[in-house]
Amino acid sequence: MKYESQRVAMPYFIFALILFVGQIVFGLILGLQYVVGDFLFPEIPFNVARMVHTNLLIVWLLFGFMGATYYMVPEEAQTELHSPLLAWILFWVFAAAGTLTILGYLFVDYATLADVTLNKLLPTMGREFLEQPTITKIGIALVVVGFLYNIMMTALKGRKTVVNIVLITGLIGLAVLWMFSFYNPGNLAQDKYFWWFVVHLWVEGVWELIMGAILAYVLIKLTGVDREVIEKWLYVIIAMALITGIIGTGHHFFWIGPPEYWLWLGSVFSALEPLPFFMMVIFAFNMINRRRRNHPNKAALLWAMGTAVMAFLGAGVWGFLHTLAPVNYYTHGSQITAAHGHMAFYGAYVMIVLTIISYAVPILRGRPYGNSNTAQIVEMWGFWLMTISMVFITLFLTGAGVLQVWLQRLPESGEALSFMATQDNISLFYWMRTVAGTFFMAGLIVYLGSFFIKGQAAPAEEVRGPAPQDA
Amino acid sequence: METSAPTRHHLPGDLAVWFFIFAELAVFGILFIGFGVARSLDPDTFNTGRQVLHPWTGLINTIGLITASYLVAVAVHRLRYRQAGVAPLLWAAIAASCIYSFGKVWEYVDLYGKGYNLGTDTFFMFYFFLTFFHFMHVLLGQIILVVLAVKVKNGDYNGDDMNGMESGASYWHMVDLVWLVLFPMLYVLA
Repeated sequence: MKYESQRVAMPYFIFALILFVGQIVFGLILGLQYVVGDFLFPEIPFNVARMVHTNLLIVWLLFGFMGATYYMVPEEAQTELHSPLLAWILFWVFAAAGTLTILGYLFVDYATLADVTLNKLLPTMGREFLEQPTITKIGIALVVVGFLYNIMMTALKGRKTVVNIVLITGLIGLAVLWMFSFYNPGNLAQDKYFWWFVVHLWVEGVWELIMGAILAYVLIKLTGVDREVIEKWLYVIIAMALITGIIGTGHHFFWIGPPEYWLWLGSVFSALEPLPFFMMVIFAFNMINRRRRNHPNKAALLWAMGTAVMAFLGAGVWGFLHTLAPVNYYTHGSQITAAHGHMAFYGAYVMIVLTIISYAVPILRGRPYGNSNTAQIVEMWGFWLMTISMVFITLFLTGAGVLQVWLQRLPESGEALSFMATQDNISLFYWMRTVAGTFFMAGLIVYLGSFFIKGQAAPAEEVRGPAPQDA
Repeated sequence: METSAPTRHHLPGDLAVWFFIFAELAVFGILFIGFGVARSLDPDTFNTGRQVLHPWTGLINTIGLITASYLVAVAVHRLRYRQAGVAPLLWAAIAASCIYSFGKVWEYVDLYGKGYNLGTDTFFMFYFFLTFFHFMHVLLGQIILVVLAVKVKNGDYNGDDMNGMESGASYWHMVDLVWLVLFPMLYVLA
């Protein structure tokens, strides 16, 4: 760690991991509710558990992105953070607002929550993933604006690097697109457009910039490859991500009533959305092959490689699987979507946050070359357990989805099974998914356990080039 | 003085640009395949639509783009062998490419005035989307050529390092190549 103010990243990372645990606990509850319908009913109904599961994911990833930014921007800009105090204040504001919102979901019924939080004045609640009360949404907007102010003041006074520029562009995009969450037209079709302008353009647009910047930063640090080479790749990757991702929004327009040409545009451009992820795989492995040093933090390197591969599989391949309009006609909103959602979020965004945590947290804890060998081995066990479990969760959900399409969607009407009858027929897949989810939880516990192992890595023999932190 | 003459296995420009070019060609390639499939399903609509277009404008546009590509190629050659007149050649290429820009805008205005748009039918969806998407690439290519011309004029490129110049030129040739498929596909064969 070169700058004292980078320390402010630490509470963000810790809180992110706490919320991650909460997300997985609710994931397990949901998994069981799929097969034991009245599990925890009426205390935690399925819709509430699902809301908590997805909202916790989004919020902890935002904490992770913010932590990553507070760590990276000062070091890239070669200057102290503009205001560590502001970063701390915003941390507590965001943490309190996030916690209160989740508690609100759990302990107050949703309609009452809407009443209490004066949703009537500016109705924004009741939409999937954007369930947060309006005051929470305003809170998120204010936190992000304060955060951007702090970060931009830091970046502007220091060295301008491509990593910082791409990262901050992504974060500004994130903030701007969030504004669409405040617009909630009464017409359901119109509402869907603006809803997708947040949901799609976040995860298949600006978040990819954030992900690309974090990956590039970690690779610069771990491999010692020239910044210029990595920056060039980053430019190409984000250009492809934006070209395919923006028009690719059309794959959500297929069945919501826009002109027919969206069937073509949505299909063609989203069919190419795997390309930037494929380029990330080539990029990561190419840089590692050309590395000029063997960084002793092997765990961080494993996370970086894992991110590229799993993001390509989850976001790229599993996205492509059901993105073409003629295929999506049958698969829309089936368990195939759930399979894609799980592996894409894990591969692209969970793993990139865990990558930067794996690289930065040891340094923040005074271990400049990484954790001890034992801690790294335990962390890698966590990596493999979580990653392999997620592969199985995805495969079982895909199996469930294919069977669902076969029973419920493909047959002529009259012969097709009803939704609930189909669910009974695919329950075996749901059971297996829940078992895989339990292994995921075990992996998460092992991963968290690695933080409690003492000791640090020794400086390894350099291939060539300066010490790991000097790049 | 040693020049950076290309070797037998020389890849012009940067590898990253070639990834970008292949990705772009993949986008257009898939759109071309989509066009072919859609046409085979409904040849009448495509035939009727094609007759509304202006093949002469298309031909003039093609000549404009090919001329621009030729001038860019000569500019690259001159830079490599440190000959004079590189920047003027690039400016001439930009001027030639503007023939295309004017031609395209004129045709859009004309067709739009006659009531054709993206939603008219499948042929016009492909026509407007493919040509507009390509037009955006031409604009980007023109910006790149301007950057190259300014850099050459400022003496940033002197023939020692051809990476920037070759990367920009390769991108421009890709834009030109796509049009060479688009023109016959939309204006002649559809």
